[in-house]
Amino acid sequence: MQLLVNTNFDFLSKKFFFIGLSVALSLAGIISLIVKGGPRYGIDFRGGTLVLVKCMDKPPLDKIRAALDRNGLKGSVLQPYDRPEMNEVLIGVDIADERALNTERGTIIKALQEAMGSEPNKLDFNNAGAAALADRLRNNPVIARSPLTSAQIERIAQEMVTYRNTPPRSGLVKNFEELSSLPGVNPDIISALKTETYLGPFTVPRVEIVGPKVGKDLQRQAILATLYALGGMLVYIAFRFEWIYGVAAVAAVFHDVIITVGLFSLFNKEISLTVIAALLTLVGYSMNDTIVIFDRVRENLKLMRRMELEPLINLSINQTLSRTILTSGLTFLTVLSLFLFGGEVLNGFSFALVVGIIVGTYSSVFVASPILIWWKGVTEKRRTAKGPVLVEKAAGRRKVAGR
Amino acid sequence: MSRSLLYKAIFILVVVLGCIYGVIEVPRSKAELLSNLQKRIHLGLDLKGGSHLILQVQVQDAVRATADQVIEQLRTDLNRQNIPYTSIDRNDPQTIEQADSIEIRVRGIPSERSSDFKALIEDRFPEWLYTPIDSTSWRLNMKPAALSQLKQDTVQQSLRTIDSRINGLGLTEPTIQPYGGPDEYRILVQLPGVDDPARVKEIMQTTALLELKQVLGGPYPSVDAALASHGGVLPENSEVLRSVERGDTGQQSPESWYIVSRTPVITGRDLRNAREAQNGTNRGWETEFSLSVDAGQRFARFTEANVGNRLAIVLDHKIRSAPVIQSRIEDHGTIEGLRSQQEASDLALILRSGSLPASILVLEERTVGPSLGADSIRAGIISGLAGLAAVVIFMLVYYKRSGINAVLALFLNVVILLAALGYFGATLTLPGIAGVILTIGMAVDSNVLIFERIREELRAGKTVVAAVDAGFEKAFLTIIDTHVTTIVSSAFLFLFGTGPVRGFAVTLSIGLVANVFTAVFVSRVIFDWELSRQHQVAELSI
Repeated sequence: MQLLVNTNFDFLSKKFFFIGLSVALSLAGIISLIVKGGPRYGIDFRGGTLVLVKCMDKPPLDKIRAALDRNGLKGSVLQPYDRPEMNEVLIGVDIADERALNTERGTIIKALQEAMGSEPNKLDFNNAGAAALADRLRNNPVIARSPLTSAQIERIAQEMVTYRNTPPRSGLVKNFEELSSLPGVNPDIISALKTETYLGPFTVPRVEIVGPKVGKDLQRQAILATLYALGGMLVYIAFRFEWIYGVAAVAAVFHDVIITVGLFSLFNKEISLTVIAALLTLVGYSMNDTIVIFDRVRENLKLMRRMELEPLINLSINQTLSRTILTSGLTFLTVLSLFLFGGEVLNGFSFALVVGIIVGTYSSVFVASPILIWWKGVTEKRRTAKGPVLVEKAAGRRKVAGR
Repeated sequence: MSRSLLYKAIFILVVVLGCIYGVIEVPRSKAELLSNLQKRIHLGLDLKGGSHLILQVQVQDAVRATADQVIEQLRTDLNRQNIPYTSIDRNDPQTIEQADSIEIRVRGIPSERSSDFKALIEDRFPEWLYTPIDSTSWRLNMKPAALSQLKQDTVQQSLRTIDSRINGLGLTEPTIQPYGGPDEYRILVQLPGVDDPARVKEIMQTTALLELKQVLGGPYPSVDAALASHGGVLPENSEVLRSVERGDTGQQSPESWYIVSRTPVITGRDLRNAREAQNGTNRGWETEFSLSVDAGQRFARFTEANVGNRLAIVLDHKIRSAPVIQSRIEDHGTIEGLRSQQEASDLALILRSGSLPASILVLEERTVGPSLGADSIRAGIISGLAGLAAVVIFMLVYYKRSGINAVLALFLNVVILLAALGYFGATLTLPGIAGVILTIGMAVDSNVLIFERIREELRAGKTVVAAVDAGFEKAFLTIIDTHVTTIVSSAFLFLFGTGPVRGFAVTLSIGLVANVFTAVFVSRVIFDWELSRQHQVAELSI
């Protein structure tokens, strides 16, 4: 099977349409950014406390919000997380000061207990560590009289905790009877559990606390890293080709980043550290397509010295089209699989890559090449004496293992 | 098969075996396979569950404490030399940035004794510089070198104390190390697999300053009542402290206050050991501590002279209990009324490790519960397999038998990647798994480049052997170019990123480097082998 062989699409004649499309998309993103006051930074960059709460039943958002307000944490953001049947809610609280951070988590847990119920004299089975559980069991009069040794009790406690933590329980046990299937858990243990512990209605699988200073540092580093990466690539490409190729490639990638960040803003998605990781990967990956096309352009310039630039670039794009579509398509498949199955934690990351690959491929064809043509056209007009044929600079320096 | 081809094939085989060993060693059973896998591949905290914390030592606390000690000593010395003074006090730096501005002010030194004062400072407090404020007042500031040394020592001691406390908890492979630049005073703590992060944080952050102080009066129901009993003025060198005593059942008693002597008889530094114990009579839990020989003697003298008076056991400036001294006690004491064995043993652990010289602030915490970690691993593996399946199916359909070539190289790529992670001791994080999946997508890119080129050459009329040659040759430099650019951005990501993001950069980079090997070298060897098996006109299924 062969696709896209000997195609002859005239890409560049429609270049103004595509440039227009790029500008429109970029503007949409930029306007969204301006209206919403910048990108929606995740807690990594803003600082604050983020607590993921998994509830036994549907999370009572109103009660939780009220409890948080009562405890002095006004303006907290509650957002349902992942699929509705997971009963998870993400609580975010901004904070201005490092010291408050240290107490905030405790306050949030207290508010959650107020909202969803707790039994202060008993241990919360769904949030206890194995050691605390073993401790309680040991002190229970029924167990203390039984022949179980301390080590055995610890082992049983560990078994129960591991059982609780594996999917599909994923941290929440709904009734004590479930545990009787575990080794060593006899009716005595179950009744001791009922006396000493209660099944807490929620558990906290994830906590992230970032001080505001740390957040600002990370912001700065993220921007710097992106700029350095772009700069590094500009240098590399300028070295392998000519500097105008470098500029064109970097402009294309820059355009990709702006559109991706704009889309994040439009869809109200958060920008976290992993999203920046995706963006940087995108920067590297988008260069690939551009380089492959430029490689062909360079080769063709050597081979077909009499052809004009625009048709030559068109030809190069067509020649590499099957390869470009195929690899982008295949990488897109793997990234799509990540987006669909990879879980909520990687959602921002995979979204950035899904969007980025599409936009990146598009920009190599419709942004990088037109810039090249435009610039060459400008420099051509300066050298009026020479004909419309361009000679590739420093072609002699290239090794003949060319492409 | 030609000689060189044989050598190449053997080389590849050795690499494959080495990598397989690097991932699972030599398992003798399925259970051993899993445990070897776990041993070789380190999982990051976001996959294993655990806590990552960045702590900051509030060195200004230690600076203030040192200044206080100097003030005490200065009072004694001035009195001994009969140098009169009106007051000695200090400013109150509350943040790290303010720590360097610590200043002690001495007022009311008669000008004729100035030279004696200066000589005293130079002799007894060589780390401090004096400057006159006016004719009878002086300002003392710490010398920069001494200040910097004090701050570094504080961080080092905090590090040791925290290390000792965490190690006493029996967690697997905790990491405790300094972090960041020299004026950041930060400590990185990583606790893999911890299932009670709140307890651990509390253990780490408790200053645990233990002091045994003489009780001068009390209990009083409030601060005002305490002052009123002494006519509104506290006796010299005393303070009012709140009591957080708990009854036998561990419940808190109503609020009460005591007047205690400011200077402690015994401090935490005098402890030789501490352990939890169960009270014989009421089965409540308590923490027993024993004193060093010198401290024991001091304590014996004190208790002997104070039978019938109360002794306040003060932890972090709050009175835990104030029992009446029944008789001379030589070398031990008890803190009673703890809620459980765990609380008693935690307290014993903290006392054994010594108190922290400064308070600890949490700057950053990322905690992932073990259940979420397991979920993440599952999601990562499912999406990885789905992506791999999609790619493999496509390659086989589109490139027919040459597709097998690409698929083999792809599998080898992943195996090399995992083995490299194991050999380098790198950590696999959730973004790292995403990096593996991305590597699969990009690895295929190289194969496509080569295969498309081969097809082009075949269309142009070259022979099969020549086409394969030309395909690999012409595609090689492009492959290098594309890989270098992505590795460059990975490098920046590694430099600036932390934890999980670094994991991503590492897996992506290793995957790409491995890819150059598999897509160019291994793939070529397989092609050559295929072609060498055909004797006449070679045909290529591509």
